[in-house]
Amino acid sequence: MQMSKLGLIIRREYLAKVRNKSFVVMTFLSPFLLVGMVVLIAYLTSLNDTETRQIAVLNESSFMQDTWDFQSGIAYVSLSDIDIDLAKDSTQQMGYYGLLYLPNRSTLEAVAQDAFLYTQEAPITSVLQAIEEVFAQQLRTTRLQNLGVTPEEYAEVRAPYTLGTATFTGERSSKGINEIKAGIGGAFGYLIMMFIIIYGGFVMRSVIEEKTSRIIEVIISSVKPFELMLGKIIGTSLAGVTQFVIWIFTGGGLLAVILSLLDINPAILINRPQPGVGFEQALADSALAQNETGQLVFAELLNIPIGLLLGFFVIYFILGYLIYSSIYAAIGAAVDNETDTQQFIFPVILPLMLAIYVGFFSVFSNPNGPIAVAFSIFPLTSPIVMMMRLPSGVGPGGVEVWELLASLLLLVLTFLAIVWLAAKIYRVGILMYGKKPSYKELYKWLRY
Amino acid sequence: MNSFLSIREVSKNFGSYRALDSVSLEIPDHIIFGLLGPNGAGKTTLIRIINQITLPDQGAVWLNGEALAPHHIAQIGYLPEERGLYKSMKVGEQALYLAQLKGLSRQEARKQLKFWFEKFEIDDWWNKKVQELSKGMAQKIQFIVTVLHRPKLLIFDEPFSGFDPINAALIKDEILELKKEGTSIIFSTHRMESVEELCDNIGLMHRSKLILEGRLSDIKRNYRQHQYQIQWIPKSVNDFPEELAGSGLVAAPAFNKEEGAWEFTLELREDAKSGALRYLADHGDLISFREVIPSANDIFIRTVKNQDANE
Repeated sequence: MQMSKLGLIIRREYLAKVRNKSFVVMTFLSPFLLVGMVVLIAYLTSLNDTETRQIAVLNESSFMQDTWDFQSGIAYVSLSDIDIDLAKDSTQQMGYYGLLYLPNRSTLEAVAQDAFLYTQEAPITSVLQAIEEVFAQQLRTTRLQNLGVTPEEYAEVRAPYTLGTATFTGERSSKGINEIKAGIGGAFGYLIMMFIIIYGGFVMRSVIEEKTSRIIEVIISSVKPFELMLGKIIGTSLAGVTQFVIWIFTGGGLLAVILSLLDINPAILINRPQPGVGFEQALADSALAQNETGQLVFAELLNIPIGLLLGFFVIYFILGYLIYSSIYAAIGAAVDNETDTQQFIFPVILPLMLAIYVGFFSVFSNPNGPIAVAFSIFPLTSPIVMMMRLPSGVGPGGVEVWELLASLLLLVLTFLAIVWLAAKIYRVGILMYGKKPSYKELYKWLRY
Repeated sequence: MNSFLSIREVSKNFGSYRALDSVSLEIPDHIIFGLLGPNGAGKTTLIRIINQITLPDQGAVWLNGEALAPHHIAQIGYLPEERGLYKSMKVGEQALYLAQLKGLSRQEARKQLKFWFEKFEIDDWWNKKVQELSKGMAQKIQFIVTVLHRPKLLIFDEPFSGFDPINAALIKDEILELKKEGTSIIFSTHRMESVEELCDNIGLMHRSKLILEGRLSDIKRNYRQHQYQIQWIPKSVNDFPEELAGSGLVAAPAFNKEEGAWEFTLELREDAKSGALRYLADHGDLISFREVIPSANDIFIRTVKNQDANE
């Protein structure tokens, strides 16, 4: 069958891209680099966790005799029957990290008041915090006991409270769900931005390559410049989608394999609070009550309209990408080499960055606020910002229908206008050599 | 004669700059047409309009009796002045791609390519990347992809710039061959030597206008200045005869000592020619008597100068 010219161009651009050595290397190396980095971080974190610092304890008081037990990261070595100066000397000679000195006082309060930690240099925060926590717990327990409060009573006092929230229509909602939803939308928005920047740049370089290799005039004596531009954009983005799919599968698979092989708990990557003792333990038990909230969050996550989200993702992704990559193509056509592109690239990336920042600062805290609404309608930022808002659904309490329609309509109109403008600049630019065009020059080209 | 390509009052502006000013031109079948003119005269713009790369602001182009339309692309072969190939693409694949863009099927393109690759003895280049080829090798490929789809109209913009002499000769032969097969060929150049050798007709562009057009032989006849280059050995006198000096001598005569002959150019009206010949024969030995035919270059320069003087 005879392929259409557009089909031929798309095919060539796609093959040229996916056969490119650096593209192939990046496609298969990136997941390894990324997973390698994650594993390295996990490994280093676990390494950090197991490093144990020895601290000598000279306890001259009668308090806190049994409390200096092994703590995560710290091993305590008890010293006795020596004076403080000798203890300092021997601590240093033994190569211990530090010396904890508890003087002989009549009350725990006084002991704590006058206790000292001696170290070679200023102590690291984690050690200091761990030791302070031991004192704090001891003091808290003693003070409560002095007041006649039992650990059980204390736990009861500290029982957490959450205000029940619901929308007027009766749906229960939970705290933090907005952030989670915006986070999911943010991931989509971020994906769109990365795709635009990476593959828009590819489109631009491919146009520049055709200019510098001087093949462009041969090509456009056979096809319309617009066909060439469109074929280039589609071919490059198909290569991009291929790359992304490979990344997601190999990256995900690799991560799973390595984590299970090395038996690294991914949770290490997330800083978890360490369970305490005594009163704290009692508190941790009561945290089970929070499970209810957890279930609520989970239920709301299930409520996120996945189908709708994916559908609109495809629409916003395609339109947004086409708008930006046509601009990139026009830039590529206007210049002779990549170094000249800087002055044009920045204004293109600016709305993308703005969209991401507005997304993270404004949509996260108030997804239906005026700023979020405005930026989700403005066509150059809407693909990213609207994706961040959409997880809360369409309709009351989410994105209003008119907002969505306005956003889509403006996006389509902008798409048509930008592609038309870009095609004009492209058509003239590809035949211009040896000029470093100004914005004024580009404006003139529109009227050729 | 049948006019294959007809350009009718075509004008084109770029902003406030007028690149083509009402250019009309008829290019007959089966000829090589030289489109001449200094840089910036509008040759490339005209060529781009014929190739439908640029659209004219006014006027129209007709090809083979039809108004120019996208499907005519398949009938035109174009080798632009700024020409090149995808550097990282393989030769064969690239040639196939370019041929398919011109409307050839993959099988047909492959067949034609095989023919040309064998003709130029470059079969073993098929799987090479263009960046591995020398400039001369790449030029051959460029020529092949230009003529591959057997276009009825071939357009070469400065075809010999950058070609080495061997390739230039090869291409020249191929062009003459194609002309014999019936292809109309447009040559755009500001180098006149190739024009004399190849072109049947010429059109001269200057400052966005076509200022001269026609058969090269006719134009040369019109532009002759009745000057005759003469080599002559006088019988007795050693000084240049005064009679001759008084009858239309162009520039000072020179004496060639080896031959013992005077070399000079006379401008003679038709009625004065026989008198002059008789005088030369009577008073000496006439070695050569030859009319000075203006070269394309002379015509080019004279026409442009006239044009400038008239403005």
